[in-house]
Amino acid sequence: MPWTRKHLITLEELSLTEIDQIHATAVAFKRTLSRSVKKVPALRGKTIVNLFLEPSTRTRMAFDMAAKRLSADVISLDGASSSTTKGETLRDTAQNIQALQADMIVLRHAAAGSALYISRILDIPVINAGDGAHEHPTQGLLDTFTMKEHLGSLHGRKVVILGDILFSRVARSNIHALVKMGAAVTLVGPSTLVPLWFTDLGVKVSYDLRSALADAEVVMLLRIQHERQLSGHFPSLGEYTGMFGLNKTRASWLNPKAIIMHPGPINRGVEIDSELADGDRSVILEQVTNGIAVRMAVLYLCAGGQPELVMPTE
Amino acid sequence: MPNLWIQNARVIDPAAKRDARGDLFAVDGKLVPSLSPAQKKRAKKIDADGLVACPGLVDIHVHFREPGQTHKETIGTGSRAAAAGGFTTVVCMPNTSPVADNAGTIQFINDAVRRDAVIKVLPTGCITVGMKGQALAPIGSLKRMGVVAITDDGDCVQSNELMRRACEYAAMFDLPIMDHCQDASLTQGAVMNEGKVSTRLGLRGWPHAAEDIIVARNVILSESTGAHIHLQHISSRHSVGIIRRAKERGARISAEATPHHLALTDDLLSGYDTNFKMNPPLRTEEDRLELIAGLRDGTLDCVCTDHAPHTDYEKDKEFDYAPNGILGLETSLPVTLEILFRQSKFKLPFVIDLLTRRPADLMKLPAGTLAPGAAADICLFDPNEKWLYDAKKGFSKSSNSPWSGQTLTGRVKTTLVDGRIVFDGKQVL
Repeated sequence: MPWTRKHLITLEELSLTEIDQIHATAVAFKRTLSRSVKKVPALRGKTIVNLFLEPSTRTRMAFDMAAKRLSADVISLDGASSSTTKGETLRDTAQNIQALQADMIVLRHAAAGSALYISRILDIPVINAGDGAHEHPTQGLLDTFTMKEHLGSLHGRKVVILGDILFSRVARSNIHALVKMGAAVTLVGPSTLVPLWFTDLGVKVSYDLRSALADAEVVMLLRIQHERQLSGHFPSLGEYTGMFGLNKTRASWLNPKAIIMHPGPINRGVEIDSELADGDRSVILEQVTNGIAVRMAVLYLCAGGQPELVMPTE
Repeated sequence: MPNLWIQNARVIDPAAKRDARGDLFAVDGKLVPSLSPAQKKRAKKIDADGLVACPGLVDIHVHFREPGQTHKETIGTGSRAAAAGGFTTVVCMPNTSPVADNAGTIQFINDAVRRDAVIKVLPTGCITVGMKGQALAPIGSLKRMGVVAITDDGDCVQSNELMRRACEYAAMFDLPIMDHCQDASLTQGAVMNEGKVSTRLGLRGWPHAAEDIIVARNVILSESTGAHIHLQHISSRHSVGIIRRAKERGARISAEATPHHLALTDDLLSGYDTNFKMNPPLRTEEDRLELIAGLRDGTLDCVCTDHAPHTDYEKDKEFDYAPNGILGLETSLPVTLEILFRQSKFKLPFVIDLLTRRPADLMKLPAGTLAPGAAADICLFDPNEKWLYDAKKGFSKSSNSPWSGQTLTGRVKTTLVDGRIVFDGKQVL
């Protein structure tokens, strides 16, 4: 099946086939990352604008890296240096970037729905690099890609997402991808950050860490997002760690082969023990590396590339 | 002014329990039982065959943005939109710029109404100075300038102490207090109903409890002070339950529902279309059905639009940053007919009552009746005509309507104020 999508806004709207296509394309691109010459000419002559109106380190660098590996020209703009600080609207900023002949926009924005909003205004592809608490599709894709590398098919696999789910776009994108891939997903965390409404998305919600972690094959930790909380959703970070922090004892409840994931940035000693973050089961840095390959795949496909034509064989 | 003779209408006058084919007559802008043969000869005749003739519609909750936000709407343009929607009397909210918390601003509004309005526009004043919820506005002076109620609509007085004093003070003048029921501490940053849909969309939720708590507070304060509190744009089914029980006890509580809360639900927000963003937010199907049940059993008293114009460039934003509110006046009648008359099988005279006599009576306005001697404020409409609503071609200065581009059923053909045609089905005159 050919790839037909121009924008990547959500994983909710993607089919399982499309997710598989992105993953397959990412496998091919990942091979290039270990070569001595890492660049491929796929997007030579194209200009990609990374419009990051909310702070980001990993995602922005990974998109930057991915675009450069594809030989695209990259311009990165952040909130502080763009005209939004002078009162320019997102519509105007986006239209100006298009008028400057950019071929694609990667948008990170604090407002949910903002990527969809500019995708309706612009003719060029828009890649959502995180819109408020809504979705972060490339993160969901790289997380499920990493899981597949370790577990093979995710069908029937027990995945636990632990932490601040309410404010997490990473959780939402992972939920949509994992449910389509047939995984058994359980969300765990303080009840104020894991409302039961999430069950509507096809996942379980639990407030009992022990039973949730029992025999899980993947545990994905999420950072507590203080910056999005307007009132106290739990008493203190200390209490959070005491109730829900992942430590050695709790990690022993997992399936012996389980992997530990985190989209970063990690707060050592809060949601995860430092030792576990650096331990054998942690795939946190693999996620970061896979983030380049997956984003190469997304940029390549949305720019009009086809999955089967990724690259000449070596 | 010529005498008026409306012929062959289905005349519906809920106050008189009249629903029969017949004629309406007016002399010098007042309704009369009949015309003499000589008067008939000189009368302006309007053939209303196939049309309903009812009292001009009454809306006790509109925002006309004047003074200070005239890029969105003016008293002139708002009144023209009202006329096109069949309305002859509206009550406008005081959250203008500056807010209407003093006699001078009310004077300004009254002058603009006299100069620019094509229908009857009545002001309200603020409950608190600057609408800041900290000190009582000069309610006595406002009353003297002709406000029909006081309200901090758009905001809600958070201090129970201050609300209590406002109730006691306003009761002295028998002035109704309208309240926008929202506990601010529960709705920080909220942009839509809290529930499954907000969870999916990653938008911050506005729990119904924030409305229910203030509704309950207002019931308690009304019962303890004797003040009439009118609860604006009720959106939560739980609030309907609280109001129902209060009314069973005889509390001086009244309440309104908007056409959009009767017709729309929060699952329409999936595309982040800001023309579905309003405050209180659209809620669930269960809430919507309970609002209809509340109107049916009298728990809710009337339908009001909360007509809230905003320019395209203000609404065309990221969902979080767009202002709350939508137009309502030009679509209220067809939408209300669709939901209450056609879908919910309310009797047509009852629907008319909710749009005319009931809101007028709540605010003691001389409107909403076709009784002899009353002003000849009349709406003629075809309940079955289908028409394409294009908000850009409407009479409001703004076009922020979720119904734009849709075919609606039920169309206003003529609006008369004091026996004079102000809208002829095409033009506002």
